[in-house]
Amino acid sequence: MKTNDSLKLHYEVSGDDFISAGIASSRVKNKLKQIGYPPIAIRKVAVAMYEAEINMVIHANGGTIDVDINSERIKVILKDIGPGIPDIEKAMQEGFSTATDEIRELGFGAGMGLPNIKSYTDELKIDTVLGQGTTIEITVYCKS
Amino acid sequence: MTVREIAEILHAEIIFEGDLDAEVKNACGCDLMSDVLAFVKEQSVLLTGLLNPQVIRTAEMMDMHCVIFVRGKTVAPNIVALAKQMGITVLSTSLRLFTACGKLYQAGLQGGYENE
Repeated sequence: MKTNDSLKLHYEVSGDDFISAGIASSRVKNKLKQIGYPPIAIRKVAVAMYEAEINMVIHANGGTIDVDINSERIKVILKDIGPGIPDIEKAMQEGFSTATDEIRELGFGAGMGLPNIKSYTDELKIDTVLGQGTTIEITVYCKS
Repeated sequence: MTVREIAEILHAEIIFEGDLDAEVKNACGCDLMSDVLAFVKEQSVLLTGLLNPQVIRTAEMMDMHCVIFVRGKTVAPNIVALAKQMGITVLSTSLRLFTACGKLYQAGLQGGYENE
């Protein structure tokens, strides 16, 4: 990828389809492989985006994902119009979750989502308004 | 160890055949996908009793070669279809999770953590 090149991708994530959650993350991962991004950066962005995409489906009834890739970094913006996060500090704690038993039975909702996203990203911004939605911005650097 | 050898050790049924000659050194056994994403480093095999397509997605995100479903559960077609797309081998064994992990550990497969 040349220095000035930029690749933009857009995905709509359905809120009522847990089975197909993760498709956007999978596509982004493949795209990054195709353009020869370093494997460590690919792993980081894939896991962080996948967790965020799952969160979007189980907590916020879906939303949109915009990905912006250039030679220096990958930026992923996940935007939902869900309930918002009442207490971010709590939500960032490992083990804290508001997920239902149904979600837990599916192997998620153990309170590792946001902590995982944080540990796999170089920069994380969370903008949330109760009753209006949450926007999560993930940045992973190419040379991370 | 190869994926093929794993299938033999666990007397596992091969539900979908990806690369059976893929070399694997580490594995993890877990029903919680978020924990797989949080704690797994370079493990290339996942043993689990959880049955849904997100197991395959999780394996995909972690670049794993093989998913082994334990306790003899029937693997739904949508799980197999996704594994096929990803080229991830799917095995099914009647063994319980603890026993399946134990047999593989005994045969030389590691957990892949620094303190082992």
